[in-house]
Amino acid sequence: MNYQYIVQRLLSAFVVVLGVTVVVFMIVQIVPGDPARVVLGPYANDEAVQGLRDRLGLNRPVVEQYLSWLGALTQGDFGQSLLNGQEVAPQLWGRIGPSFELALVSLLVGLAIAFPVGIVSALKPGSAVDIASTLFSQIGVSIPSFWMGIMLVIIFSLNYSLLPPSGYTPITEDPGDWFAHIVLPAFTAGFVSASIMTRFIRSAMLDVLSANYVQTARAKGLGERTVVLRHALRNAMINIVTIIGLQINALFSGVVIVEVVFSWPGLGRLALNAVLERDYPLLQGTVLVVAVMFTMVNLLVDLLYFVLDPRIEYA
Amino acid sequence: MQVRRRIVDEELDVANTLWRDAGKRLLRHRLAMFGVCVLFLVIVMGVFGPAITPYDPNGMDFANRFASPSLAHWMGTDDFGRDIFSRIILGARISLQVGLVAVSVATILGTGLGLLAGYGRRFTDEVIMRAMDVLYSIPALLLAIAIVAALGKGINNAMIAIGLVYIPIFARIARAAVLGIRNEEFIIAARALGAGDLRILLWHVLPNVLSPIIVEITLSLAFAILAEAALSFFGLGTQPPDPSWGRMLAEGRDFFRQSGWMAFFPGLAILFTVMGFNFLGDGLRDALDPKLRR
Repeated sequence: MNYQYIVQRLLSAFVVVLGVTVVVFMIVQIVPGDPARVVLGPYANDEAVQGLRDRLGLNRPVVEQYLSWLGALTQGDFGQSLLNGQEVAPQLWGRIGPSFELALVSLLVGLAIAFPVGIVSALKPGSAVDIASTLFSQIGVSIPSFWMGIMLVIIFSLNYSLLPPSGYTPITEDPGDWFAHIVLPAFTAGFVSASIMTRFIRSAMLDVLSANYVQTARAKGLGERTVVLRHALRNAMINIVTIIGLQINALFSGVVIVEVVFSWPGLGRLALNAVLERDYPLLQGTVLVVAVMFTMVNLLVDLLYFVLDPRIEYA
Repeated sequence: MQVRRRIVDEELDVANTLWRDAGKRLLRHRLAMFGVCVLFLVIVMGVFGPAITPYDPNGMDFANRFASPSLAHWMGTDDFGRDIFSRIILGARISLQVGLVAVSVATILGTGLGLLAGYGRRFTDEVIMRAMDVLYSIPALLLAIAIVAALGKGINNAMIAIGLVYIPIFARIARAAVLGIRNEEFIIAARALGAGDLRILLWHVLPNVLSPIIVEITLSLAFAILAEAALSFFGLGTQPPDPSWGRMLAEGRDFFRQSGWMAFFPGLAILFTVMGFNFLGDGLRDALDPKLRR
């Protein structure tokens, strides 16, 4: 195993996270005018505005502000919410679980749809299944997920009363109820991911299906199932993992929307509430946590290549 | 001098033929042509908007609140009795405007940075691309929301936010394309003839990286329209009473128990427009780079 690459990759992830802290810090800095005045509104008295400026540290030089903010972050101090004065950190930790659950189940739903559809359409290019899968992919990448969520609620919650329209129950409290609540949001976010992944799985499979070793496997008289699953799919996996990695950005974005539509108590909904209430520390904390989670997942995907393809050498 | 001119003329002929061939391939691409037809309709709606709406898009008619789709109101009316079809026609203008401005911001800044990174020294490349990695490591929509939060709600800031979010994609594509050709003979020849860096970038490099950028522009327009709809749906983009499709969907959400059409039709408009851009983008990719065709 090439440890030098792993160290290099860890370092670059660290640099990216450091860069993200700069971007997140800049959110308050680019507010036009005085952020304290913007938060408190035009009718707040000067004393209150000055008080908030002091609290946010806006009177100090920018570099000093950043360094002290970063120093606090390293100790897990994300500041206090402007809205309710509570610490931001505990609010964030409470939201990571539900967001992670939703992202994970959505990804699983996406994979469960994309793998069979992608493989079947690669096996029979130009067939009715292939055309249907192309159409499905096109609709999936074009459909606004918030619209799809609303339509699913109208059909499955209002018309047929099969599933709850919104809300969340922790899995530890009642797994059945948790499942009932996660079906619609996970399907909504997963459907969009599935449509993109289907196209890439199809494309990756088409590449390997025409390769010599697959022809050889067929010529040896191996069954189609063995050829596809053991020879073709295994070799296509390296490309597929790359796509799943790239998909995670879209998935995280999708989850933000879906959380709002289904009142799912995750980071996306927290971020939106923070924006609507102009609660900058809460917004900064949320964006930072999501970006760090996202960077870590990408790092994991990169490192997963080693396991999947020992031939790969990293310069 | 004459020899040089002849070489340039021959090169232009080859380039023209390549573009003409790509055009022919695009015309034969059925899905792309379907996309063009849909987009033509949307553009007509966007350009002639107020002149072709059957009703005043913001005109309220309280006697006709929540009217279901009928001959008089093809897509029904909303909670203020406003005609949804007329509002969708006007909404096309907003969607196209946001798409064009946001994607122009992303294309100009992203391509410029990508060209610089690919063509410049290693240090420039590292600085630019690490900055792009940072932007790319924040999920697109969350970054757009954060930028709008800082700049303030409204359509103009939404356009800037969506544009900024897409810069890294263009930068990566342009850089990759430049790296592929920077050591080609025609670049070396241009340099030998005494061309400066800027001239080489604009006259020799840029035309050769255009294909992937054109494809990405089309696909980004689809993303920009979806992103604007999402921002307006959250109340951060277009502000009332302007009829953005995302905003109409958000308004429809409050009443979907009694009048589902308020949310249904704006969503359908978004779906078809985005699909139009995606079909065209795929068609352009197949036409401009037949090797990639599946």
